[in-house]
Amino acid sequence: MSLTVQDMAVVKGLWAKIASKADDIGAEALGRMLTVYPQTKTYFSHWSDLSPGSAPVKKHGKTIMGAVSDAVSKIDDLPAALSQLSELHASKLRVDPANFKILAHNIIVVVAMLFPADFTPEVHMSLDKFLQNLAWCLAERYR
Amino acid sequence: MVEWTEFERATIQDIFSKMDYESVGHNALARCLVVYPWTQRYFGNFGNLYNAAAIMGNPLVAAHGTVVLHGLDKAVKNMDNIKATYAELSVLHSEKLHVDPDNFRLLADCLTIVVAARLGSGFTPDVQAAFQKFLAVVISALTKQYH
Repeated sequence: MSLTVQDMAVVKGLWAKIASKADDIGAEALGRMLTVYPQTKTYFSHWSDLSPGSAPVKKHGKTIMGAVSDAVSKIDDLPAALSQLSELHASKLRVDPANFKILAHNIIVVVAMLFPADFTPEVHMSLDKFLQNLAWCLAERYR
Repeated sequence: MVEWTEFERATIQDIFSKMDYESVGHNALARCLVVYPWTQRYFGNFGNLYNAAAIMGNPLVAAHGTVVLHGLDKAVKNMDNIKATYAELSVLHSEKLHVDPDNFRLLADCLTIVVAARLGSGFTPDVQAAFQKFLAVVISALTKQYH
């Protein structure tokens, strides 16, 4: 389900509205993922505190959302944009790709909570497709 | 048997007691049909579903969204026996409606998102966990009679 020109425009338009809250969205989404899907905690056994709002969660949420924001700016060529991160996830992090879907769901929940008027069904669809494409590119180097 | 904590029970009762079934049901089903267009396959006789505006404005979609949401009432009132409560509905969805069970998850996700948008900051991570657990149990029960 490739991104259409319309999808790209919609995602960029949404980002213009939410970019200022990107750090919060990332932290909130990650915290929710760890709470609602406890199996995801297995990737963070090296953290002291896995609760929502904790320092490591905030920091890492910001890192992740930073990368997502960067991908939005390079939405015309996601494979190239994500090539290095894909290498990292494949060789070092080895996060099971099923978890990308889980995090995507939580990003969507948080965007819906913070921007209910802007997050129409059409915007939801385009964001869902974007995150799916992002996940696909991230898993590109896995095998 | 599913174990529910006091918090989970209270959370589910609270969410549904305050829910605007017409609005939430309509919005959740319409959102599902827009975001996951292949789900439209089950609504061939609903008329105009050509675009998001048509779907959102379609009265049959609105009416059916309400029906689906009231269907969740059974589970809200029988949290300790959801599996048995949905046996008949499971047979219906399998034998008569022929709904791919993966679609239950898609609708559940849309419902979660609509409720999240309504509750805003009240939809804390723990509330989200309770709500999604509840929906997962319902989905499991609705899938039980498929063979």
